[in-house]
Amino acid sequence: MFESTIRLNVDGVERTLVVDTRTTLLDALRNGLGVMSPKKGCDHGQCGACTVLLDGRRALTCLAFAVAHDSATIVTAQGLGNGKLHPMQEAFLHHDGFQCGYCTPGQICSAVGMLDEWKAGEPSHITGNPNGAVIELSDAEIRERMSGNLCRCGAYMNIVAAIREAAEEIALS
Amino acid sequence: MSTSIASPSLEIRAIGKPLERIEGPAKLTGAAPYAYEYDLADPLYLYPVQSTIARGKITSIDTAAAKALKGVAAVITHENATRLASDENKELWVLQSAEIGFRGQLIGAVIAETPEIALHAASLVRVQYAGQSHDAELRADRDDLYAPKEVNGGYPTDTEEGDPDAALKSAAVTIDHTYTTPMEHNNPMEPHTTVAIWKDDGFTLYDSTQGAHSVRNTVAELFGLAPEKIHVIATHVGGGFGSKGEPHAHDALVCLAAQAVPGRPVKFALTRQQMFSLAGYRAPTIQRIRLGADRSGRLTAIVHDVVTQTSRIREFTEQAAVPTRIMYAAPNRRTTHRLAALDVPVPSWMRAPGETPGMFATELAMDELAVACGLDPIDLRMRNEPEVDPASGKPWSCRNLIGCLREGARRFGWEQRDPEPGVRRRDGWLVGTGVASSTYPLYLLPGSRATIRYGADRRYAVRIGAADIGTGTWTALTQIAADALDSPIEAIRIEIGDTDQPNASVEGGSSGISSWGSTIVVAARAFRAEHGDHPAAGAETSADMPENPDDERFAMHSFGAQFAEVQVHQDTGEIRVARMLGVFSVGRIINPRTARSQFIGGMTMGLSMALLENSVLDTRFGHVVTHDFAEYHIAANADVVDLDAVWLDEVDPHSNAMGSRGIGEIGIVGAAAAIANAAWHATGIRVRDLPITADKFLA
Repeated sequence: MFESTIRLNVDGVERTLVVDTRTTLLDALRNGLGVMSPKKGCDHGQCGACTVLLDGRRALTCLAFAVAHDSATIVTAQGLGNGKLHPMQEAFLHHDGFQCGYCTPGQICSAVGMLDEWKAGEPSHITGNPNGAVIELSDAEIRERMSGNLCRCGAYMNIVAAIREAAEEIALS
Repeated sequence: MSTSIASPSLEIRAIGKPLERIEGPAKLTGAAPYAYEYDLADPLYLYPVQSTIARGKITSIDTAAAKALKGVAAVITHENATRLASDENKELWVLQSAEIGFRGQLIGAVIAETPEIALHAASLVRVQYAGQSHDAELRADRDDLYAPKEVNGGYPTDTEEGDPDAALKSAAVTIDHTYTTPMEHNNPMEPHTTVAIWKDDGFTLYDSTQGAHSVRNTVAELFGLAPEKIHVIATHVGGGFGSKGEPHAHDALVCLAAQAVPGRPVKFALTRQQMFSLAGYRAPTIQRIRLGADRSGRLTAIVHDVVTQTSRIREFTEQAAVPTRIMYAAPNRRTTHRLAALDVPVPSWMRAPGETPGMFATELAMDELAVACGLDPIDLRMRNEPEVDPASGKPWSCRNLIGCLREGARRFGWEQRDPEPGVRRRDGWLVGTGVASSTYPLYLLPGSRATIRYGADRRYAVRIGAADIGTGTWTALTQIAADALDSPIEAIRIEIGDTDQPNASVEGGSSGISSWGSTIVVAARAFRAEHGDHPAAGAETSADMPENPDDERFAMHSFGAQFAEVQVHQDTGEIRVARMLGVFSVGRIINPRTARSQFIGGMTMGLSMALLENSVLDTRFGHVVTHDFAEYHIAANADVVDLDAVWLDEVDPHSNAMGSRGIGEIGIVGAAAAIANAAWHATGIRVRDLPITADKFLA
């Protein structure tokens, strides 16, 4: 058996745990720490349900080995709002951007991380060559940037509406 | 007169309000627990062993290396598992013999201290087989097709009226084409999961299911236990779309495993890959449709012949021709279903079974008939509107297909449509529009019971073992209970998803709100009759679901019209759906916010079915090779550009106390047909085989 002790800051709490070196970050969170906010939908990086903010960027925890992320800082959908709903979560609630809720924490983390990427001027597949110009956050840009998060209930129309509203609110605040 | 269930003494106040989901905050943070996520002490983890042949027998299964691995608690196979009590459902007859009925069948399980050890140990189990030649290929020209006794839903296998053959022969216009739909997988985002604990000769099951009580009853029969010995908890469920409508083999396996390690929780979540052979699927269909009509487009004959597959170990017949029996008027009619029993995984329910593949075929045939008659496809449908239900001869409780078509045409801008195919271009894309009808029956499932209790907190606890798989049950039942008790929403606390609550029917067939809502309404009336308007704390009343005498007198179906605008790239054949609109006639809407989500969710799944979904079964080995999201594509965010749903303002006077008819499934019905019809209008190429992929425009 190969085991390692690692430290993780999860939603503001310092945690220490022993992991099998084969353990994914997702399984370390769910099975090791009981942090169930990130979900397992495919375990292959194909659905996005396990998305968290890992050291500030959105990341798929099912494609990361826990042992490779010693001392990482992780924010899940549970920790985003510091005990309240984050504006992104409020917007999802208002626009009914979810049904069964299983992909939802991943959608929320992905949307928050996506807005940071956009603000930093990072282009998407459909942006073309921005040449330093400000990228307009069109619905097409939101859809493209959120296509790594599958929703089988089919809430995409409402997810885009929610992200648009939250983006405006976050930009104003 | 006063016998009508819908006698509207129900004052509508909370019903119809666009309440946000009451469990929403818990889902948005990820705090709402799904089956895997309860905090249970000292759990074990299960990883299954699956058959690698499609037919034959296990001759030896060597578990020594797996058992020797540190951290393995038990290994179970057919050689040491508990003997089950009932073999009525062979899908659940797990680890009971050496026989193999399909590739991917469960043949063993490792239970270990960690999921990593369980997975490793399962890979060490050595299995030898005596293989038999298998047969996994569905073809319409097989000589062993048979007529099942009935089809899914309990409908007759075949129907015939008049003389359809003679009518087809003498018809001025005929259509005769074959349409196919592939094997499709439900793929709810939450993989099927059961956590089982065997203690005091009973099971506690945290299960991902559309019906806690149906799991309890099935497991009780399977293990020969009294139902009271089984406690099922399914508070939150991450989607189902039919695939969690009844227990599958994994439920049996994890129960057997729990008996091998008494007292300890055994956690078993299927992997996405395992779901493609163990969690049901929509069976592929080959559908021949023949239509006869006079020159004005009036149908004289409808013939719909369906060939589909089932597994050899358990029969399931996708009732694809059933919707055709009620859709359009014609004096001469025939529908048939024929089955091939193959060495394949067990098919089951997938969102609107029957209607979804069946209406794809029927609504393409109607579009082809409109072209052949030189009629607008909406006009053709209006000319064939039946005055009464053609299948039963009963009057409709409330049929408003024409209203949906008209309202949709107005909103979508149908009037300006040029019927000529293949002539509109926009930046290198061929553009077209299409329409199709939707339908779905009202089902009322028996057996529900609700208890209402007034608490010291001055709230009414409304308890019924119902399910919310994303459908909005928590919120809709709260609204119904508020109106039934003539109380504010804040005074209601709904408790669902647990067999500790009174029995509830399964969440399937879009029957949930009709069945459970009606039950809550009668329970509320009984509560008021017994305890008055100012009950004492602790006052409690229970009631069973009422019968609806109107059920026998009326044909109750929902209808809809789906409109799509499609673009097909002139060089590459790439197809995109530019916009979609659905208009639905479904009786009263309980909650417009969550109802719209149900409709657009169904339409999105229909778009996904139209363009992407295809489970490719390799007949040489009998397994689905496209068994994850990299290969089995479902619609992603970028696929859904502009999609909306609206509904007619109506109340069904006969359906139930709320005047509603169920909305979970109708959104997918007809969606793929509207897209296929639009693709023909864009290109002039009629794609009759799903999914509609680029290659089909380049042949």
